[in-house]
Amino acid sequence: MIETVPPAIELNGISKAFGPVKANKDVSLSVAAGSIHGIVGENGAGKSTLMSILYGFYEADAGEIRVRGELRRIRSSSDAIAAGIGMVHQHFMLVEPLSVVENVVLGAEGGALLKRGIGKARAELARLSQEYGLAIDPDAIVGTLSVGLQQRVEILKALYRGAQVLILDEPTAVLTPAEADQLFELLRALKAQGKTVILITHKLREIMAVTDRVSVMRRGEMVAHVETERTSPAELAEAMVGRRVLLRVEKAPRQRGAPVLEAAGLSVVDERGHETLRDASLTLHEGEIVGIAGVAGNGQSELLDVLAGLIQPARGVIRLGGQILNGADRNPANLRKLGLMHIPEDRLRTGLVTAFAAAENAILGYHDDPAFGRGPFLSPTLVEQHARAGMQDYDVRPVDPALKTAKFSGGNQQKIVLAREIERAPKVLLVGQPTRGVDIGAIEFIHRRLIALRDQGVAILLVSVELEEVMALSDRILALCGGQITGEREAVATDERDLGLLMAGVSERAA
Amino acid sequence: MSAAPIDLPRWADTALVPLVSVAAALVVAGLVVLSIGESPLEATTLLLKGSLGSLEGLGFTLYYTTSFIFTGLAVAVAFHAGLFNIGGEGQATIAGIFAALACLWLAPLPGILLVPLAILAAAAGGALWAFIPGYLQATRGSHVVITTIMFNFIAATLIVYLLVEVMGKAGSMQPETPDFPKQAVLTPIHELLGAFGLKLPSTPLNTSFLLALASLVAVWALIYRSRLGYAIRTVGANPRAAAYAGISPARIIMVAMAISGALAGGLAVNEAMGVQHRLVLDFTAGYGFVGIAVALMGRGHPVGVGLAALLFGVLYQGGAELSFDKPTITRDMVVVIGGIVILFAGALDGLFRRLVASVLNLGRGG
Repeated sequence: MIETVPPAIELNGISKAFGPVKANKDVSLSVAAGSIHGIVGENGAGKSTLMSILYGFYEADAGEIRVRGELRRIRSSSDAIAAGIGMVHQHFMLVEPLSVVENVVLGAEGGALLKRGIGKARAELARLSQEYGLAIDPDAIVGTLSVGLQQRVEILKALYRGAQVLILDEPTAVLTPAEADQLFELLRALKAQGKTVILITHKLREIMAVTDRVSVMRRGEMVAHVETERTSPAELAEAMVGRRVLLRVEKAPRQRGAPVLEAAGLSVVDERGHETLRDASLTLHEGEIVGIAGVAGNGQSELLDVLAGLIQPARGVIRLGGQILNGADRNPANLRKLGLMHIPEDRLRTGLVTAFAAAENAILGYHDDPAFGRGPFLSPTLVEQHARAGMQDYDVRPVDPALKTAKFSGGNQQKIVLAREIERAPKVLLVGQPTRGVDIGAIEFIHRRLIALRDQGVAILLVSVELEEVMALSDRILALCGGQITGEREAVATDERDLGLLMAGVSERAA
Repeated sequence: MSAAPIDLPRWADTALVPLVSVAAALVVAGLVVLSIGESPLEATTLLLKGSLGSLEGLGFTLYYTTSFIFTGLAVAVAFHAGLFNIGGEGQATIAGIFAALACLWLAPLPGILLVPLAILAAAAGGALWAFIPGYLQATRGSHVVITTIMFNFIAATLIVYLLVEVMGKAGSMQPETPDFPKQAVLTPIHELLGAFGLKLPSTPLNTSFLLALASLVAVWALIYRSRLGYAIRTVGANPRAAAYAGISPARIIMVAMAISGALAGGLAVNEAMGVQHRLVLDFTAGYGFVGIAVALMGRGHPVGVGLAALLFGVLYQGGAELSFDKPTITRDMVVVIGGIVILFAGALDGLFRRLVASVLNLGRGG
């Protein structure tokens, strides 16, 4: 008799509803042991819900979970850990002031005496590090580690708890391309040791690079299971969105107009006295998109914040429409009046109040507009009508202005911000990470809107950690490194390698 | 690991959970009563009869409710701006001093001018006493929890000094002001309705109850319908987003604290102008602190605050009757029962949310 190896994870007929929203509809999934299995889908397609059910955050309304062929009831994360399932969240669950080994034992200290647990963990960590080639100092303080290394600590945590199946939720969202490649190496090493990896992502390049099989979700349902070898990014994108998708942005040549926003010699000094932006000068013209290329944390956020009036420069001059802005003018409320709108990098922390209804967020920054009510009062009807129109226009799903903003998917939240800022007919639009954590269908939509805006004569400053996005959308690209502008290129006259050098600080001036 | 957020339908969140909390509190309070050898059923009957069973009891209950509405709203408004104002006692004390000064200095004025001016003076006094901690929080980062409680002590000392040395009645050993002029006194409800031929027993309930009801509506309109309320809620929920939206969190903190303090001043209006007709020492009687429980239990919503204020009114009045009828159940015992309600409604609230959520999910056949 031949014994077949049962699948590492088998989900049968999983359904889960949140009120009227069916997040998962009769979803089935089989993940072979010792494989890397990708799950792709737009935001809101139900990937995260499915994995939350598997990891015990939610309980399914219907359906069964089998782990290595055995029927399991997973009602909490400890059940999941006991079943050999580990999860690495998109936002790390680490205690930054503690060391690596302390983080690893957290929640599995093994008795009242910490010392014994730590000792055991140290030995186990050394073994795991060797087995998978994870070079990591067990005594390093987690807060001092790079994001890539912090992610390794998360993976070690799961392995330490005996995970046979590792779920990674959008693991590369926070990584540089080089770090992402290292992660893929690690995933392959895990696979070689017989572990099973489930990779949730919306980046098709990663799926193609590292997975064995891929499952596609759309609107709460599984729509395809395919061998990675037998598919293509275009085919997957079509399955995710349900229609053909342009992966490239098409745009007409720019019609560049007069300069609208000019900054000269801008410097920003943070609370600790570090100069995070140094002597930056740039000019934005009507009808062009200027992209900022740079590895995250090299002054892009400060550049956006200082132009948007959220922080004040230590030195430098900003002109808007030819007028010099003095300190009192440089506040967000006044800049909005002057036609400078801002889509912030972090929609959840800055761009939205997640506890508010969508309609309330659709007037954030414009709550003093007389169009939304009379005198000191806001009219709920007018506010709701306004939100509904914007949501329909920007294809926000569901079109429910009363729904709490936290309940929308990332892409839909971003569209709420976009609708709010773009419909105000900006002269200058500052855009930070417009498509971070946003699905393919929405990315295409957002890109087309930005291009359309540029064609109408708006000056756009685009900051994105996705170099591809910067290159695809921009007419002109500035590279930032260490808070300094290290070079400027016309988008048509550059490539990834050239920009990579500028981003690494190989300055033209120095050369 | 953080648990999944508990989502409840609105009616369950605003009505069912508090009701379950109160029911659980009553069960535990019943056990306490049982432990001293009294019948919980009898105690409950006495409590309800004493507070709601007669027009006189009801009058007293609503008089307490009036004070709790003011102090509860004060805490609730600050909550919405993300601030924890526990200085209601001190703010009401200063409000009382301001109201007394207005009543005594402006005594020649007719009632139609004097009463509104004295009420405004009370609001201004409360607002001032809350604005200073708000200013310190906004500009210096001094935490309002610390500063408001320190301001309670300052106010308590200040009123002793003023009543003994400055404002006290000449020739009296009592730390209290002379009586306010007749036209400064708020009309008792029994007199007001008596004018329409309704005969009611005499109770301390006065027209400041109507002011309290109006304040409930006004705070609702402020928080949920006005542009300023929108700004207050934005600052409370996400100060970064507020700054991005061009709302100055510092300004909103000061404004919200001032409104909060002005509302706390309503307590002084009820006590000094409505009941005592003069300023006495310790007239705040801890009602400022009860306001914290009222706001917590009412989830910061004026409707909830109104209902929670009524509940505490029932507890205070019914409790007083109870300890009068049953000497074994002392005043302190009644305070214990109130404490149990606060504990269950405030601190243990999450417990019941989880329970209610799972029961509701079962009901949906999940």
